[in-house]
Amino acid sequence: MPKITFIEYNGTAHTVEVEEGLSVMEAAVNNGVPGIDADCGGACACATCHVYVDAAWEAKTGEKNESEAAMISFANGVEPNSRLSCQIKVTAELDGLVVRMPAGQH
Amino acid sequence: MTAGIVIAGAGHAGGAAAAALRQFGYKGTITLVGEEPIPPYQRPPLSKAWLKGEATAESLALRPERFYTQQNIQTRLSTTVTAIDRSGHQVQLSDHTAIPYEKLILALGARPRRLPLPGFTLPGVLELRTAADADRLKAAIHPGTRIAIIGGGYIGLEAAASVRALGAEAFVLEREPRLLARVASEPLSAFFHAAHTAHGVAIHVNTQVVGLKGEGRVEAVLLADGTELPCDAALVGVGAIPNEEIAAAAGLECRHGVVVDAQARTADPDIFAIGDLTQRPLSLYNRTGRLESVPNALEQARQAAACITGRPAPSPEVPWFWSDQYDIKLQIAGLPFDVARLVIRGDPTSGAFAVFHLDAEGHVQCVESVNTPAEFMAGRLLIQKRKAIDAAALADQTTNLKELAA
Ligand SMILES: Cc1cc2nc3c(=O)[nH]c(=O)nc-3n(C[C@H](O)[C@H](O)[C@H](O)COP(=O)(O)OP(=O)(O)OC[C@H]3O[C@@H](n4cnc5c(N)ncnc54)[C@H](O)[C@@H]3O)c2cc1C
Ligand code: FES
Repeated sequence: MPKITFIEYNGTAHTVEVEEGLSVMEAAVNNGVPGIDADCGGACACATCHVYVDAAWEAKTGEKNESEAAMISFANGVEPNSRLSCQIKVTAELDGLVVRMPAGQH
Repeated sequence: MTAGIVIAGAGHAGGAAAAALRQFGYKGTITLVGEEPIPPYQRPPLSKAWLKGEATAESLALRPERFYTQQNIQTRLSTTVTAIDRSGHQVQLSDHTAIPYEKLILALGARPRRLPLPGFTLPGVLELRTAADADRLKAAIHPGTRIAIIGGGYIGLEAAASVRALGAEAFVLEREPRLLARVASEPLSAFFHAAHTAHGVAIHVNTQVVGLKGEGRVEAVLLADGTELPCDAALVGVGAIPNEEIAAAAGLECRHGVVVDAQARTADPDIFAIGDLTQRPLSLYNRTGRLESVPNALEQARQAAACITGRPAPSPEVPWFWSDQYDIKLQIAGLPFDVARLVIRGDPTSGAFAVFHLDAEGHVQCVESVNTPAEFMAGRLLIQKRKAIDAAALADQTTNLKELAA
């Protein structure tokens, strides 16, 4: 199973194994990784699953769709590598992915 | 071991509270008691993706089952809390045992309102709150079956959209002059009326249902004017009432919901209440209210967990809600209190627009956004900031929303 590393704002890292087909958000929530709230459960409606994708992985995680881009542009601390983690599907290609969390989701 | 925390009600709010307590470092015993046979799950997909067969039971779960073992959260499912013994600091359960608590979190949710109509208990007359309800509804929907939907609120309309997606017929019966009468602005009601009509759903407003009829199973809905509309099943979605009885019996103040403060505390320092169950402060609007939404359940779960673990109280959030019907993504932020005027940004006939609700001073109180996520996010910020804005600039789609909300 692909491994994903989440790095909290305070630097704490959590590496979890995830089934392919789930989203990066579900990987965090299912394993109790703090720092991702995911209030809408992945409906791309809340922007509380914001992460920064490490530069090395930006190409593999794909493009933001229009709705995600519109939502995230209003999130706190948005950067060019900001993504909504519920919109990134875990594939074998993403084994080793590293994402960082913002200071807060609200 | 100390008594720890008992959470009564294992729904969205209860499940989230258990997880938040652990996330905030609570080390004591947590016991989650729930009437339903399965661990906490998400209800929103029951009328949407799940009903359409686009989600699995597994994906409905709030957390995988192993989460509760890993986080040392005890679950007592298929178990009802029958009474709260405040002086004895314990709750009584349906299996005639009792569990002691140091702190009790009530997360009992709400239940569908039932109509006192003849024929209401016929097989085939359904409601939609639980996964078991959703199973029954799904079993009734096949290509060609006719589903009567009584009540034109969000759950009814979402179900109608899913019924159409499954190739069955749906008609909606609404007593008020418009759909979503209590929860949406007129332009939004009109938009959804047109959208459902275009998808082949017959919408009957100003229509009073007086009964249901059938031999051993529902076969028709009876209207006040004597009309009988044949159907194969009927879904009743006419609002929900809070499950506050055991709280009221224990002497906790209830006013159409258990009364709590901005940290989800009741007047008893050891009892909290969260989610659909509560009558809560709406600090941005200087009143109280009962909200029925996932974000509300989560906000209050975090409030209670923060208070119990001695964390600073989280800052109040703007209430919000979403709904998906067909390819329509509706997001609503805020509540339409003290509204002086509506400002529409975008053209409703284009399928992408937003209705902003302004008070007399030009503060945004609420935004209803249809396929316009940027408007939703900007509106949410504007509501939080309480900044007066110029209605003409807001309506003008060339105005940059980011600058307006900054
Ligand atoms: C079909 C449907 C679609 C929805 N769609 C959306 C949406 O798109 N967006 C949104 O924001 N919200 C939506 N909602 C609302 C949202 O699901 C609720 O606001 C949320 O579930 C509230 O959580 P809760 O924990 O307060 O209540 P619930 O989730 O109802 O949980 C309460 C639990 O307590 C249990 N219980 C009750 N009494 C007892 C007792 N005495 N002892 C033990 N257990 C007890 C109940 O069985 C239940 O499991 C939807 C709701 C439904 C039904
Ligand atoms: S979980 Fe809500 S937008 Fe990702």
